[in-house]
Amino acid sequence: MTQIVLSGVSKRYPGGYDALSNVTLTVETGELVFITGHSGAGKSTLLKLMAAIERPTTGSVIVNGQNIGTLRARGIPFLRRNFGLVFQDHKLLFDRNAFENVMLPLDITGFDRREGARRARAALDKVGLLHKEKARPITLSGGEQQRLCIARAIVHRPAVLLADEPTGNLDAEYATEIGTLFSDFNQVGVTVVLATHDAQLAQRLNPRIVHIRGGRMIE
Amino acid sequence: MRTWAAAHRRACASAFARLLASPLANLLNICVIGIALALPLGFYVVLANLQGLARDFTPQPEISIFLTADASAADMRVIEQRLKSRSGLAGFRFVPRAQALEVLKSRAGLADVAAGLSGNPLPDAFVVTASANDAAALETLRAEFAAWPKVAEAHVDSDWARRLDNLLAVGRYAVLMLAAALALALVAITFNTIRLQILTQRDEIEVTKLIGATDGWIQRPFLYFGALVGVTGGVAAWLLTALALLIFNGQLHPLAALYGVPLQLVHLVWADSLFALLFAAGLGWFGAWLSVRRHLSAHNPS
Repeated sequence: MTQIVLSGVSKRYPGGYDALSNVTLTVETGELVFITGHSGAGKSTLLKLMAAIERPTTGSVIVNGQNIGTLRARGIPFLRRNFGLVFQDHKLLFDRNAFENVMLPLDITGFDRREGARRARAALDKVGLLHKEKARPITLSGGEQQRLCIARAIVHRPAVLLADEPTGNLDAEYATEIGTLFSDFNQVGVTVVLATHDAQLAQRLNPRIVHIRGGRMIE
Repeated sequence: MRTWAAAHRRACASAFARLLASPLANLLNICVIGIALALPLGFYVVLANLQGLARDFTPQPEISIFLTADASAADMRVIEQRLKSRSGLAGFRFVPRAQALEVLKSRAGLADVAAGLSGNPLPDAFVVTASANDAAALETLRAEFAAWPKVAEAHVDSDWARRLDNLLAVGRYAVLMLAAALALALVAITFNTIRLQILTQRDEIEVTKLIGATDGWIQRPFLYFGALVGVTGGVAAWLLTALALLIFNGQLHPLAALYGVPLQLVHLVWADSLFALLFAAGLGWFGAWLSVRRHLSAHNPS
């Protein structure tokens, strides 16, 4: 059971820029939530608060009963292991091949190598990249890199997938493919929170939609 | 426990891989560390050798009592009686002036000097062995003897050994200070090496942190790398010192043959060598730790 509760959350960056103002939102286990809005509306900040990449200025963010605002630094890695993170810029490591990139989340938890390799191949298969496990990320297309990033996000079977503009740089066909992938994960019980400015994608999958404009929430 | 051991094994392997990934840069680094450590190590070896030498030669705590030139046989017997009744002495012997001259003549290089003398300028003397061997007790005895009638002067013969000992103590301090300064240099070198590594592996650190790696997991390979650089630097320093000793002993050989004494500088014993290597490894680890601490905290959420 991984529930995410934001109450009265504001985030002000140094310099006085308010990215979020008074956001209250509860994401229940197994939900498919799309956070929509223009770029700069505060979608990314919202996801970063959930994954403890940022701390809220005021209000509280509670994940699994743990308050991110007061969570100690050494507790953060263990909180993050509940999440699979998908980034718009992929954040793949270019000095190792696709398989090793997907192994990374298992390596950091000291997962058994042989069992881990099996899981990594399953994850690569799920996103349709098993035939490219030896390929370096630099040789993959934009869509393939994004799918590799998704494989890395799901390999440790997280309870929640957080995806920030996963289709941002892709053409419509690839975007549909990726959207379907997330929908599939949600079908098997994974909570998915996805930030996007792609209205078409949102329409097709019929999720709960949270709209953000200028740092404020409009549901 | 098994995963813990496996994680350490992997971190260690990754540190080795990093060392071999840029062999020239790391070799130069190790050379710098080796030379920096060889200096105090070499000095320490020389000091340890001198100390051994001083210990071998430290004589009995002896005091020489020189009588005045006009002292008669009766005066000599009075002093002999006094020495016999004095407590705190292990023994004494009388060295008549004629015998002293004979000894002087028999000494290599001094025979000519003795032959050039018109008479015998040497006084009669007693050589007293004290039972106590601390400087204060010997000095008290010496002052007492010097105040006796018909005594010209009294000398503590082990003075030179004490002076050498004091000198060596000063030397030990100098080595300690040198070692401290160069240990700091080693820490600085590993700090910078690790800083460069962290810069080149910025992406990896950022990504692994985002997906839930603990700081311990991230810093482990860097710490191993620091210790590895330290220990290889220590080995280099040991080898450099060994080489220096080999050359030095070669030079010392003719000199030793000339004086007929075995003069050979020996390297550190195994326990000391091992300690030096562990110390170098510890310094490398510490430098890496400082560096990683400093750079990892930049990724914490604010």
